[in-house]
Amino acid sequence: MNSLLERIIRLRWWILVFLAIIAFTIFAGDFRQDPTTAILAATLRHSTPLVLGALCGMICERSGVINIGIEGQMLMSAFVGFTVTAATSSLYLGVAAGLACGMLMGAALGGLTVSLQGDQIIAGTVLNIFALGLTSFLYTPGETIHSKTPRISVGPLADLPVVGKIFFSNQPLTYVSLLLVAVIWYALFKTTWGLRTRAIGEHPSAAETVGVSVAKMRYLNLIIGGGIAGLAGAYLSLEAVGSFERGMTNGKGFVALAVMIFGRWNPVGAWGAALLFGYTNAIQTQFQFRGWLTGHPQFIGMIPFIVTIVVLAGFVGRARPPAAIGQPYTRE
Amino acid sequence: MNNQQAPLALEAVGICKSFGPLVANDTVNLQVEKGQIHALLGENGAGKSTLVNILFGLYKADEGEVRVAGKKVEMNSPHDAIEHKIGMVHQHFQLVPVLTVTENIVLGDEPTKKGGVLDFEKAAQEVEELGKRYGLEVDPRAVVEDLPIGYQQRVEILRSLYRQADVLILDEPTAVLTPQETDHLLEVLRSLTAEGVSIIFITHKLREVLAIADKVTVMRRGEVVGATDPKETNEEGLAEMMVGRSVVLRIAKSQATPGNTVLSIKELNVLDDRNQSALKDFSLDVKEGEIFGIAGVEGNGQRELVEAITGLRPIVSGSILMGEKEMSGCSAREISEEGISHIPENREKHGLVGPHSVADNLVLNRYFHSPFAARGIRQTEAINEEASHLVEKFDVRTASIHNPARTLSGGNKQKVIAARELSHDSSLLLAAQPTRGIDVGSIEFIHQQLVNERDAGVAVLLVSAELDEILSLSDRVGVIYQGKLVAIAPTDEFTRIQIGQLMTSGNS
Repeated sequence: MNSLLERIIRLRWWILVFLAIIAFTIFAGDFRQDPTTAILAATLRHSTPLVLGALCGMICERSGVINIGIEGQMLMSAFVGFTVTAATSSLYLGVAAGLACGMLMGAALGGLTVSLQGDQIIAGTVLNIFALGLTSFLYTPGETIHSKTPRISVGPLADLPVVGKIFFSNQPLTYVSLLLVAVIWYALFKTTWGLRTRAIGEHPSAAETVGVSVAKMRYLNLIIGGGIAGLAGAYLSLEAVGSFERGMTNGKGFVALAVMIFGRWNPVGAWGAALLFGYTNAIQTQFQFRGWLTGHPQFIGMIPFIVTIVVLAGFVGRARPPAAIGQPYTRE
Repeated sequence: MNNQQAPLALEAVGICKSFGPLVANDTVNLQVEKGQIHALLGENGAGKSTLVNILFGLYKADEGEVRVAGKKVEMNSPHDAIEHKIGMVHQHFQLVPVLTVTENIVLGDEPTKKGGVLDFEKAAQEVEELGKRYGLEVDPRAVVEDLPIGYQQRVEILRSLYRQADVLILDEPTAVLTPQETDHLLEVLRSLTAEGVSIIFITHKLREVLAIADKVTVMRRGEVVGATDPKETNEEGLAEMMVGRSVVLRIAKSQATPGNTVLSIKELNVLDDRNQSALKDFSLDVKEGEIFGIAGVEGNGQRELVEAITGLRPIVSGSILMGEKEMSGCSAREISEEGISHIPENREKHGLVGPHSVADNLVLNRYFHSPFAARGIRQTEAINEEASHLVEKFDVRTASIHNPARTLSGGNKQKVIAARELSHDSSLLLAAQPTRGIDVGSIEFIHQQLVNERDAGVAVLLVSAELDEILSLSDRVGVIYQGKLVAIAPTDEFTRIQIGQLMTSGNS
């Protein structure tokens, strides 16, 4: 009981922010249920690629490799997923292709940073440029797919007021992202894999001296992370938009890194952070809908950034990244 | 097959290993019997660490083989070593600071429930039991970075015991321990051998070898120069084997001829890092041509004193005079330029720029002067020439003056600092813990340099926690206790016991 109270006190600012956001949402939704629910549901949707991207970044950085190539991994996977679906008319094959493409991109990052011991920032940048160039080159305008991934309602839960619409009536990759937050949190902090991952990101030689292969673990995690970024890409082309556009990731891979830091390299924290970013996007639409600030559209566009700056400057304390990130590891 | 009675637990045969042009191990042989404490003795840079890193699979030998219980084994990674029940306690602990004790111990060999889920409770319990059994109690749930060094070492030892090591390698385990902790560790090691564990104990402290080892192998410059029974030798004999010549454990020096006062400190008040008073109305004079030793238990204001004099710490009140000139309030550069040389207590942090080359470190206090710089441009040739000269003169063992300073061993780092500070034209030398954690040969060398400086008319202020060092070098001794000098007298007017009492209680 006492510890619960302590927790509440420790998190008081976050609780306050959360309540303020809910209150403002209801106000922005004109005190009616439908628009309010719509804003919150849109928040969840907008946060999905950010959560997935942040989880990718987190798994990589927790094991000591900075992945700034998330943007490229997402873009490439969005393209591959879209192309496969366009060719086979199967959305699920498309998603699987996006996943596989992401994993391949992760392995490529591993090749550059683990095997070749290259600079991690440069390796990530290489992936980004490579993905942007290749997808722009291969993309044929006019190619279409017939549908997006379908909305799935979770039985009677979907009929709950407000909550049902927000959480239990979504498209598949949104569910997947929620599931992944929980799974990765559990895996990071409760399993052998997680312990080893955290160890090689903090002090790789310590892990190596107890027989954990740093190289193998880093490869494994870069591939897992890449796969998750691949899902984010598939989300963009197959679930959110239903087509592919040049450079359609539009910086989301980098925002995902901010989300990861904001969430302090913790899956649950990152989820909260992604929701906040998603919310700023969702509320923008509502502003336009209500006709607020229409004379100054640039102000509406600024909302996400202002919120980001305020939150990052005001609320995030000193977050400590894994100690060994950015350093190639050699035994001798 | 063997002429020894006890079976061999671990054997190194003809190990060779080079790093570039530096031969770290040259056909090294080592035989460790079961249940034996085998000391591996040698100066810094003699190749002891290289050898055990090969035994533990961290380095790959260029030539030679490792045998465990008489059988040749491949040691390609620590994983192989662990498979063969070899454990190692590293000199620089291989612990993940942000993880708990238990997590660090079980890492790589975790007890699990279904599906790779860590059984933390079981692990913590095992760690607790292990600790109790071997007298190495430590809270299994504590986070490692919060533990004092002595306890972190327990975690390292427990980690090997958890893996049921038959052979335990300890790389300079006592370098970081207090005397009491050292005694405790030696006891623990004794009890381990009673259970059949063999121990390789790397050290350069002769007293420990004589106290605990069943056998000692001595290395010098990458080669084994001898193996002997410690009962058949003494400190002098071991030191001679280690260094390759007879070593003076106590420097001979003539009577001091002190001259004018060089450093005069009056009623100095200084705060420590937590803003508590560290020095209280502290006064002290040091004259040219004398070594003034400050004896004291660490944490009684010595560090703050040195930092105040060198301009690294602001003073609250009082004065620090160099000759006639007031130094308080001056920058560290101004103070250095006024003729104060400083061998700092923490050589890694305040003495060297680790990633920079040995050459750059050797001119760190005058790189901006001619001939090392001309109109703001560094003169590489002059720097290199000076560096080569100093490396030779001070016998710094490095493959090249262009190597990063952090790659040197402790003794060689200290020699680099000494070389730099002593070649600086100065009238006061501040030496803080100048021989901490370095080998006998280097200690002798540094001590000789301090006496030479004194004889050249420099005022030497020596701060040391080693009472033997204070007594053998100082002309006058001051005992510091809780930020005050509680006694000052010529060295021969004190007995060892008196100083010990003054250090711990402030009065005799």
